[in-house]
Amino acid sequence: MTHYSVWSLIKGGLTGQKNWTRAWRDPEPKSSYDVIIIGGGGHGLATAHYLAKLHGVTNVAVLEKGWLGGGNVGRNTTIVRSNYLLDANAHFYEHSLKLWEGLSDDLNYNVMFSQRAVINLAHSKPQLDGFARRGNAMLLNGIDAELLDRDGVQAMVPYFDYSESARFPIYGGLMQRRGGSARHDAVAWGYARSADARGVDLIQNCEVTGFRIEDGRVLGVETTRGFIGAQKVGMAVAGHTSHVAAMAGLNRLPIESHKLQAMVSEGLKPLINQVYTFGAGHFYISQSDKGGLVYGGDLDGYNSYAQRGNYPLIEHVHAAGMALMPSLGRLRLTRHWAGVMDMSMDGSPIIGMTPIEGLYLNAGWCYGGFKATPASGWCFAHTIAQNRPHALNEAFTLNRFETGAQIDERGAGPIPGAH
Amino acid sequence: MFIIKCPYCGERDVTEFSYGGDATRAYPQDPAQATPEDWHAYVYERDNPRGWHVEWWQHSQGCRQWLKLRRNTLTHELGRTALPHEPLSPDDDEGSDA
Amino acid sequence: MIGDQLRRHPTLGGALDRSKALRFSFDGQRYSGFQGDTLASALLANGVTLLGRSFKYHRPRGVMSIGSEESNALAELRTGARREPNTRMTQIELFQGLEAQSQNRWPSLNLDLLSINGLVAPFLAAGFYYKTFMRPRGFWEKYEYFIRRAAGLGRASGEADPDRYERIHRHCDILVTGAGAAGLAAAKSAMQAGARVAILDEREAPGGWLRFDRNLIEGAPATVWLDETVAALRAADNVTFLTRTTAFGYYDHNLITAVERVQDHRAVPDPHKPRQRIWTFRAKQVILATGAVEQPLAFADNDRPGVMLAGALRGYLNAYGVMAGHKAVIFSNNDHAYRTALDLIDAGGAIEAVVDVRPSPAGDLVRAVRDRGVRVYTDSIVSHAKGGHALQACDVTPRGGGRPETIECDALGMSGGWNPAVHLHSQTGAKLDWRDDPGCFVPATAKWPCVSVGAANGDFQLADCLANGSEAGAQAAKASMGGTTATAVPGVRAFREERPHPIWEVPLGPDRRGKRFVDFQNDVTVEDVELAHREGFVSVEHLKRYTTMGMATDQGKTSNIAGLAIMARLRDKPIPEVGTTTFRPPFTPVSIGAIAGQERGQHFQPLRRTSMDDWHAENGAVFQNVGLWRRPHYYPHAQEDVDDASRREVTATRGAVGVCDVTTLGKIDVQGPDAAEFLNRIYANGFAKLPVGKARYGLMLREDGMVFDDGVTSRLGETRYLMTTTTGNAGPVMAKLEFYLQTVWPELRVRITSVTEQWAGFSVAGPKAREVLQDVIDIDISDGAFPFMAAAECRFAGAPARLFRISFSGERAYEVNVAADHGAEAWALTVAKAQALGGSVYGLESLGTMRIEKGHVAGTEINGQTTADDLGLGGMLSSKKEFIGKAMTGRPAYLAPDRQKLVGLRPVDGATWIKAGAQLIEDGAAAPPVQMLGHVTAVAFSPELNTPIALALLSGGMARAGAALEAAYPLTGESVRVRVVSPHFLDPEGTRMHG
Repeated sequence: MTHYSVWSLIKGGLTGQKNWTRAWRDPEPKSSYDVIIIGGGGHGLATAHYLAKLHGVTNVAVLEKGWLGGGNVGRNTTIVRSNYLLDANAHFYEHSLKLWEGLSDDLNYNVMFSQRAVINLAHSKPQLDGFARRGNAMLLNGIDAELLDRDGVQAMVPYFDYSESARFPIYGGLMQRRGGSARHDAVAWGYARSADARGVDLIQNCEVTGFRIEDGRVLGVETTRGFIGAQKVGMAVAGHTSHVAAMAGLNRLPIESHKLQAMVSEGLKPLINQVYTFGAGHFYISQSDKGGLVYGGDLDGYNSYAQRGNYPLIEHVHAAGMALMPSLGRLRLTRHWAGVMDMSMDGSPIIGMTPIEGLYLNAGWCYGGFKATPASGWCFAHTIAQNRPHALNEAFTLNRFETGAQIDERGAGPIPGAH
Repeated sequence: MFIIKCPYCGERDVTEFSYGGDATRAYPQDPAQATPEDWHAYVYERDNPRGWHVEWWQHSQGCRQWLKLRRNTLTHELGRTALPHEPLSPDDDEGSDA
Repeated sequence: MIGDQLRRHPTLGGALDRSKALRFSFDGQRYSGFQGDTLASALLANGVTLLGRSFKYHRPRGVMSIGSEESNALAELRTGARREPNTRMTQIELFQGLEAQSQNRWPSLNLDLLSINGLVAPFLAAGFYYKTFMRPRGFWEKYEYFIRRAAGLGRASGEADPDRYERIHRHCDILVTGAGAAGLAAAKSAMQAGARVAILDEREAPGGWLRFDRNLIEGAPATVWLDETVAALRAADNVTFLTRTTAFGYYDHNLITAVERVQDHRAVPDPHKPRQRIWTFRAKQVILATGAVEQPLAFADNDRPGVMLAGALRGYLNAYGVMAGHKAVIFSNNDHAYRTALDLIDAGGAIEAVVDVRPSPAGDLVRAVRDRGVRVYTDSIVSHAKGGHALQACDVTPRGGGRPETIECDALGMSGGWNPAVHLHSQTGAKLDWRDDPGCFVPATAKWPCVSVGAANGDFQLADCLANGSEAGAQAAKASMGGTTATAVPGVRAFREERPHPIWEVPLGPDRRGKRFVDFQNDVTVEDVELAHREGFVSVEHLKRYTTMGMATDQGKTSNIAGLAIMARLRDKPIPEVGTTTFRPPFTPVSIGAIAGQERGQHFQPLRRTSMDDWHAENGAVFQNVGLWRRPHYYPHAQEDVDDASRREVTATRGAVGVCDVTTLGKIDVQGPDAAEFLNRIYANGFAKLPVGKARYGLMLREDGMVFDDGVTSRLGETRYLMTTTTGNAGPVMAKLEFYLQTVWPELRVRITSVTEQWAGFSVAGPKAREVLQDVIDIDISDGAFPFMAAAECRFAGAPARLFRISFSGERAYEVNVAADHGAEAWALTVAKAQALGGSVYGLESLGTMRIEKGHVAGTEINGQTTADDLGLGGMLSSKKEFIGKAMTGRPAYLAPDRQKLVGLRPVDGATWIKAGAQLIEDGAAAPPVQMLGHVTAVAFSPELNTPIALALLSGGMARAGAALEAAYPLTGESVRVRVVSPHFLDPEGTRMHG
């Protein structure tokens, strides 16, 4: 593996880019591993990286049915934040944010984490009070937060509709300055490259078709490339968790699969320098480094495994966008797509043990999975290596619904599509 | 963007309907006798199939009827619709009439 | 004025109306053109070839294509609020006074200082940014600042879009996308079969390549057949014919979305027309006749202005009379491009050479070109295009190697063959098949009732387009409406064409110099694809993402095939094994304003107003949005602020009487013999024995046992109830009740109807409330006859009404529902009476104050995270019956002693306001993380107690009564010492409301 540095880049320039080697190997699967991670997305790759780096577990395979990073890590809108109200979420996502802050250096891969601020817009006094509750909780939890009034928002972005006649006038906002965005593919590739360098086998085009379980203990997985044995198996296949877990006999999880759409405009010179959420309709927007406005809204609203969106939601998102920012009218949507989300029953993830010995579950990310990637991998690696959850993920158990200990940030109740 | 066949109103655009989730889970018949496990299963657990799914939709912008729809979550093909008391299973093979 | 259209052919140009000369400007320079020109054709006619700068290296670029696949020639069109960045010059119809500017250059198009990127290009390969700027930690934003400014394409106006948009929905039997030969033939046969047909074309005039190529149909120029067919279709009642309309999205169940550029060909839209209109078509059968896109060839410096697609060179000549070059070279892997040579020669131009990668081409067209004396270099490649801002020459090298021959030229038409425009087909998730001859992807089985025809299906011969189109139209008509028709297919002379040679990239010349562009807009080269391969980014998706190939605004229409072919070569696999990419909507970029449509400004989620809204506005109410409703927040007098006004309103209400608009509460009429049983199952508290003429506060739980909603339900008759819900939950409660009735308890004989809009509502509260109402209500409302919690149907000043003696304020209070039509009148009458008694109207602020004084919970406490017990309502849960959510209330976490429960708070100093959203912490807590015990949900100033008060949810609840805590608001650095008290601040026994 070539170490990335100014020197290697200069060498690349002088040698016609012939100095570079594969970012990761393309190994044949071994007959068995200490740990198998199912799912070569952001979370699975991060888990492998931290298993190898922090826990010394390097006899690890990541099995990916398609290509690395082909799931939600490669099709989200790249927002990173830790502006959560409830303690369990706040501590977990703040840990993630701190990992983000050092991630490029840690991975020797520029994930382009840009702390350009995330701002939730409020459109009434009661809404801003609700945001203040969250902002105060963030500060008391040691997470940065700032309350903005209308002038404060306008000073940051002049292009919104600030008129009193706006259908939903902007009243103020809650800002997390340390929040921002990152280059999604780079996160998957950076973790992949680092895990591979530490000895992890990344095996693409290898679909898990079954589990071998005896006496309540996992022995390995059946795949399209044959049986592969393992002491421990971790599932990190958010979007498709129900389907994969059912092969292990874990039927009827507290999860529904829904699809979330994302949209990008044509490239533009810098227009929006932060990440905004519109408080009066489902809409959020930021601008990528390439210049495209990246935006989206709510779920399509029905169970789906199709990575394609439908049109009514697109109309709604664009109408909300125009309500917030009337100059969007003459800009153009250039592409829209969808990802499949594990929507859990309380809007919070599941990272932990399962009733099957040696089988671990990382699921239920709703649409918060991207920003969680570092902490998810970090906690999942800890859970797998130590065979017990870390304090940061001990609340995110599979059985919390039995005890009533839901972590329902929005209070939406057991309606997965409502979180 | 689906066209759903309301048993009363006929074929209508999906935007007239609202979604109500998995219709195979049943509210416990005798609430007093149901165990905590029964309730947990009803409230929190889902088959979440990748394929044919029987689900609730309400014709909320129309006759307000709740109906069952058989739909493929992978391909978005639609099968039959049925009224609440009519049986409809994900494995229904009576074909599509939508 | 420069240029004078020196490159315009004297006679050719079927698209032009030469009687209408138009003036326009590009980068401030003035030019002329004709009606019918595009900006691209007009600039070419004026000899302007440098039109833009590339994204990354800022290389000079000219026009490459003649359609929506254009990746180079993008401009900012118009000025001011109507400025549209990234507009394809090939699609901009010329209009009088058009102003356009080049983009992504500084300071000017000719002298772009950022073209220095070209010098450091050897270092800026794909993946460059991933490999650097990692240190020092936190510095990325500083690098990023400059990268962002250099990136991007055009500039947004930043001003509100002044134009209007609209949406229209259309059902049809058959939708045909594309009005070229195949589409027209399909539409014609479907029309003749009597089907309801819609046919769309993205260009301003139908015909597709019939307008750009020279063909004969039935022995006459193809335009004759074109004009006749179009006229017949336009005249037919069963045909909707739209031009300037691009089908951009193909969604489930044959929903096709299209954007019609209604007025974009004008400087400013007609005031009575939308700028653009989105059509959503729901078709029984879809016929995709979207044509094909000619592919470029990747040779060194293939992006020099003057190099364009061979078909474009021909199209500009035939349709716009533009001789883009006087000395042209054609570089091709197929026969089709020889048409360009023939057309240019016949128009008086000179073809310096045709360079063909094939060893011995001998098709009809090849022979025709040779017959005209043109030199054909076989088994050869163009190895390098020469020139800076304009093409000057090209090197031609034998494929086997050898010395290049330099040929002077000012135009180079390249052709890598044609690839079907399969985008719409692919958007549905349907697959593609590879066809070796002629080497392109064609649609596999369609997902919905749909067929691709003509070039979109890989059938490039005109005769096939007409025959297959006609057949597809007839078949679709049969499928959608039954019956058959035979259709006559016009005769066309077919040329014998030989197989193209499937290569899209050629080696660098002996000089080893130049960049071979694959994706022109994103500046992706052959070397970038090779680098991606070297680094293991070999799957198509990795290739796309790592190099950004195909990710530009053209979505890879001219780059994906070459990229795949290069990767296939590197991996030594056939192209189809390397894979295809999925095309995402939209086919071409679509205005955000058009998709939003009419839902703009006040039409976005339209405001709901109560019957009394006019009165509120006329009387100076300050409004607050509550969901989609607006409600009076307070009614200021003179200089009053919200606190002054609310204090006056509350004092007047508690001292005399107050009137408040409560129309927005949800109202549900519940009727039937089993209505009591139904309500008893829905509500957590008992409803089985509520007597007729009585109201009762009810609490509803969700199935998970959390509180869902609350409200008062009254029994108006033996089998008739009126339920009220909170404003926000009116819809969800109704849907939920219908769900239980229709699916869980169908045996219950109950009917429910939402009557929220049918009744205006207002409350009359205060010691003088009865006095206000007694003369206008037609029933006895003395305390004996109409005590606390009484309910009755009655008449209010003659209008149908309902009266409820219920109280949210804690005062003697009545809630009046009056038929909505009478709402404004009844309200005005009531307010006048109240004011005569020293009373007042009051708004949400005062409503909030009075409910806080009473410790009544509302939305900030019923937040989806609280149980009945948390809210002090645990005693309401009936142990004698089953109700929704009951089973879940016994779970351990719901019973934990440290749950946050409702309490009251008062400032220890008796004076400092407590702020809503403050967190409760122990006095003197240290640095973060600080344990939070709860939070302040609602605050008010109580005029009667003369102190600020608050409600809060606090861990342990009233077990902490008397404790002093800190209400911390670190967002502003404020903190107030508070004491935990009962949430029932005023009249806890309820003496006042009982009267």
